[in-house]
Amino acid sequence: MDTVSKEKSIPKYINPYFGGVLLGLLLLVTFYITGRGLGASGAVKSAVVSTVEKIAPVHAEESTYYSKFISTDHSPMFNWLVFESIGVFIGGLLSGVLFGRVKKLRVEHSPKITSKTRIIAAGLGGILFGFGSQLGRGCSSGAALSGTAAFSFGGLLVMVVLFGSGYVFAYFFRKLWI
Amino acid sequence: MGPLIPLGQIASGWDFVIALLIGIAFGFILEASGFSSSRNITGVFYGYNFVVLRVFLTAVVVAMIGLLYFNYMGWIDLNLIYVVPTYINSMVIGSVLMGLGFILGGFCPGTSYTGIAIGKIDAMVFTGGLFLGIFLFSELFPALESFYYGDSLGSATIEDVFGISNEKFSFIFVIIAIIVFYVTWLIEKRVRKTVNPYKFE
Repeated sequence: MDTVSKEKSIPKYINPYFGGVLLGLLLLVTFYITGRGLGASGAVKSAVVSTVEKIAPVHAEESTYYSKFISTDHSPMFNWLVFESIGVFIGGLLSGVLFGRVKKLRVEHSPKITSKTRIIAAGLGGILFGFGSQLGRGCSSGAALSGTAAFSFGGLLVMVVLFGSGYVFAYFFRKLWI
Repeated sequence: MGPLIPLGQIASGWDFVIALLIGIAFGFILEASGFSSSRNITGVFYGYNFVVLRVFLTAVVVAMIGLLYFNYMGWIDLNLIYVVPTYINSMVIGSVLMGLGFILGGFCPGTSYTGIAIGKIDAMVFTGGLFLGIFLFSELFPALESFYYGDSLGSATIEDVFGISNEKFSFIFVIIAIIVFYVTWLIEKRVRKTVNPYKFE
């Protein structure tokens, strides 16, 4: 009985060290081909710039931030990181299908909190992460992972402070998870 | 000799095809490692599951040593690899906000895309939050501009700041990673005795 329930509660994930070696090799190949590492938050930034440019073109042009990413010859969505992030979605879907994890829409949350609490926390977390990623010049993939691997001091700084502050804040929000 | 695209060895029309393929591999590895589940990810902060740390540090070690090896063999010019620039105050505050967002949201941007792919509504809301957060930042940018650009070290490398060579730094990094792997393995064994095993959804 016990083994059956155990099998059900532990999904088939690959060995994390094996996953890490694969990710490291992929990052190395990405450096070799493109000269830059992996990224993720950049695609959302392109989506923001593109949306604002469509809705309020004058405002976007006048802004010192949006205008950095607006070019006259192509849309902000025609960007390396946008295509890469579409790939991330497809790759996640492929793995999910292969390991049987693609299911109906659902909210994953600790039994101690409601779906609503989880959704509010996820939204707030996204806002803070998005805001922070702009100040940080990238997120956990672009700055922390790719930056550190390419010996950037800023990358190392983001890695240490991001995870370090996560441990500090973890105590206060433990009810969300355990 | 690499990097291929900056040295013009691949026609620029292939850029986006390559981006898509690299992204697919990236997403596959993230999902297969268990990063499409926020409760799996946040285990790293409570000691019941250190998978994030294992994947992350192993990847840094492999890519870092790989870059040094490629450079040594003359396959890549390390000077042409993009170094994320350093703006101390902006990056420290940004990282603290990201750390808080990580604990509240349970995802980081890349992992949330894979969460969406397998049907997690919380991952969709997180990604929506990212959009809103970046929009807020962009709108507030005029007020933040001097802070954003302040305290710049330019494209500072670890060698520039600490004065230790890339080779020495990667050696130290590997030693630290091995110690971290061992210690977190011990912690995980202890915590799992008290924390009820959680069910993945």
